Amino acid sequence: MTEPTPAGQSGVVVRSSVFGRIVRNPLGLTAIVALVLIGAAAAFAQVLAPFDQNFSDITNTLAAPGGEYILGTDSGGRDVLSRLLYGGQLTLASALLCASVAILIGLPTGLIAGYYGGWFDSTASWFANMILSLPGIMVLLSVRAALGPSVWLAMIVFGILLSPGYFRLTRTVVQSVRNELYVDAARVSGLSDLRIIARHIMSVVRAPIIIQTSIVAGVAIAIQSGLDFLGLGDPAQATWGIMLSDGFRNVYLNPLLLVWPTLAIMTTIASLVLLGNAIRDALEDGQKIKAKRRPAGEKKPSRSAALPTVEAGTEQHLLKVSNLAVGYPQADGSIKKVVDDVSFHIDRGEVLSIVGESGSGKSQTAFSILGLLPDTARIVGGSIQFDGAYTVAPGDETVSSERLSALRGRRISYIPQEPMSNLDPAFTIGSQLVRPMTVVLGISKAEAKARALELLAKVGIPNPQRTFDAYPHEVSGGMAQRVLIAGAISCEPDLVIADEPTTALDVTVQAEVLDLLRTMQRQLGVGVIIVTHNFGVVADLADRVVVMQSGRVVEEGDVLEILRHPKHPYTQTLLASMLEDKTPMTKLTVDAAGGIA
Amino acid sequence: MTGTPILTATDVVVEYPGKGFRAKPFRALHGVSIAIEQGKTLGLVGESGSGKTTLGRAMLGLAPVTGGAITFDGQDITHASRRQRRALSRDIQVVFQDPYTSLNPALEVGEILAEPLAVQGVAAKDAKGRIRELLDRVGLPQDAVHRLPREFSGGQRQRVAIARALALSPRLIVCDEPVSALDLTTQARVLDLFLEIQQDTGVSYLFVSHDLDVVRHISHDVAVMYQGEIVEQGPAEHVTRTPDHPYTQRLLLASPVPDPVRQEERRANRLRLLAEQREQDAQAGAGTGASISAPADDAEGVSVGDRA
Repeated sequence: MTEPTPAGQSGVVVRSSVFGRIVRNPLGLTAIVALVLIGAAAAFAQVLAPFDQNFSDITNTLAAPGGEYILGTDSGGRDVLSRLLYGGQLTLASALLCASVAILIGLPTGLIAGYYGGWFDSTASWFANMILSLPGIMVLLSVRAALGPSVWLAMIVFGILLSPGYFRLTRTVVQSVRNELYVDAARVSGLSDLRIIARHIMSVVRAPIIIQTSIVAGVAIAIQSGLDFLGLGDPAQATWGIMLSDGFRNVYLNPLLLVWPTLAIMTTIASLVLLGNAIRDALEDGQKIKAKRRPAGEKKPSRSAALPTVEAGTEQHLLKVSNLAVGYPQADGSIKKVVDDVSFHIDRGEVLSIVGESGSGKSQTAFSILGLLPDTARIVGGSIQFDGAYTVAPGDETVSSERLSALRGRRISYIPQEPMSNLDPAFTIGSQLVRPMTVVLGISKAEAKARALELLAKVGIPNPQRTFDAYPHEVSGGMAQRVLIAGAISCEPDLVIADEPTTALDVTVQAEVLDLLRTMQRQLGVGVIIVTHNFGVVADLADRVVVMQSGRVVEEGDVLEILRHPKHPYTQTLLASMLEDKTPMTKLTVDAAGGIA
Repeated sequence: MTGTPILTATDVVVEYPGKGFRAKPFRALHGVSIAIEQGKTLGLVGESGSGKTTLGRAMLGLAPVTGGAITFDGQDITHASRRQRRALSRDIQVVFQDPYTSLNPALEVGEILAEPLAVQGVAAKDAKGRIRELLDRVGLPQDAVHRLPREFSGGQRQRVAIARALALSPRLIVCDEPVSALDLTTQARVLDLFLEIQQDTGVSYLFVSHDLDVVRHISHDVAVMYQGEIVEQGPAEHVTRTPDHPYTQRLLLASPVPDPVRQEERRANRLRLLAEQREQDAQAGAGTGASISAPADDAEGVSVGDRA
């Protein structure tokens, strides 16, 4: 599959908006509705509230709910509902103020520090660290002591205390995109820094800032209510915290007084947090596919059940893949096949190459042999047999890890594409070679070490002891691939699967690794499956070739036959795209005018 | 070289500041000189870490040039200011290697293509017409305007990047490994597009690649880089088929050919060449260091040079 999007596709592409995805999330919708209701109730408190917030009916204190006072009255004879509504005004406004101050300070400084770095970055980071190290409550108490009980002042100070959070977040996000190629491209286009930041960087920063704000607003409400609860607020104005404090003092007389402000605070903070989560989920843009539930009564096929015997006359093949199909369940319940009806075999001492472009299913085929498919993958059909026994029997839905773990490492080994990311940076190369051998072969550590050194020498590493003691970052990519080859042959496997083993390497290093693979294969007589997109590698190593396109095998045969006289049009196109031996500056594709890459 | 060079680089040195206090700066380019002629392609080939990408970035003002000079059309642009760069962006453009990160994922294709036009003050209406032309030029459907980069395959994204580079009708495009991330058949089609554009518009390319076959196919002249220096430079046919320098020879023979019989020959030739070069190096001794071939100066005495 060269082009997932067909050429010349037209019509409007439906893209679900972020807001749409939030609303479709039940929790997100609930949070939004709750916040809108709370916000509206607070905003229209003057209209909605039956009494003024400080209107006091001295004759009717601590009244039970009902009648004129819907939620009753507090210890001062004031209407609870009205105070709840007016209190929401102040509480929400102070949360808004706090978050605005934090953003106004944190965002621009974070942008500048992240984009330019240098002295501003060091100075701003120093200030951020200093503010973070201040004990927040102490600062707020001192401010109140020095400047009086103003909610607004307290929230401005709290906003400053929270600004390092925004600063650090913005700075990190900006640093991660500052060196993206599209920012470089904008620079080459001559965009000013201001426009680059506004167009290319703000779009990345926006989402994390919104999520952070929903959390910060919740924290601000909690802190503001906490201060008022402690009696540090302005007693002349109703807030949820002051009401909580009043309720707490009269908890034995009228416990209900505690319930209303608690409910208001809880609902608001919970809605903010849920909204933050919903935005995050919507932005992650991943459709979660639930695992198919088995219908009741259908038992999981027992793994211990006797395996069917393989078809007679095929036992002698080292590995035989028959009509294999691998698929991934989609959100709409269908299954998308990435490998379809693939059959091939490999004998002992043979080198088979699976060739194809990205999306051809060549790696998925290799992974199903190794049993390394992701959990969501399903074997839709077909079977895999290794040395006369099924690893995937006909009818199996997944690859049995039980059956394969007995083979992996011992009889089937793997050489990956990216040598560096397949070595653990925390352990020395030696320990990564020794450990599998002690487990798989059951030999002592000393024995395994001697064997590892021998193997390292065998794969052409000049100073085995030094490489044995080295950490992965201390060796080059070519060396790392040699180490992995040493690891792959350490337990004397019958089959080695190499997935694009030289793609990440420079061409001169690739030539050496190919030499090594060829020598090893001849010496040990193992079967090798090479997955690659490079026909040069195929020509260098393979005995037989399987050409794959869009999950299917289009052609299979002897290497000389396929490379010299390809029969299938796709193989012909692939070989025609090779540049070697072509006249320079000529068209490579016949239908260049109409084709779309 | 004949003809008038549109861009010249003379003894360009690029140094990145070292990490840590008073650390020695890292020298990525050691005095590199090249010239690109009007309407021609200079292929720049080398392995990872050879400095080929750095040279391209130096021309674009994205790498710190600490020595030498770069001139474009006779004008010194070594340390061009932001304002000069904005004017230069009409003439020098870029296509990067990775079509997945070179397009802003949050912007629609139309917005991406409008960006360079807007910087030059092209009116929105004219820009729209120009974008339509550009999409046609690179063979993308018109409805691409309102789609996001992630809705396109790698080859199509690279076409968007090429369209962005062409937007201002530049005279030179720096192409930094523009086909390395693409599939074989896609690579062929994108290379065709590059050739077609050059024939139609007479644009010059600095074509950076690690693949000798790609460079041979598209270039008029080829320069080979190794460890921050140019070791060989000349007409493409000569450099990529009958190279003089030992490193280029190794590079040529290391690239496998898609035919088992010819590949076996090439392999044998390569091993013979490596043995010869090792012998020469041994004879040259440790003193002169005239050759920079890998096997001999590898401290470990590796059987075959290995520096990735």
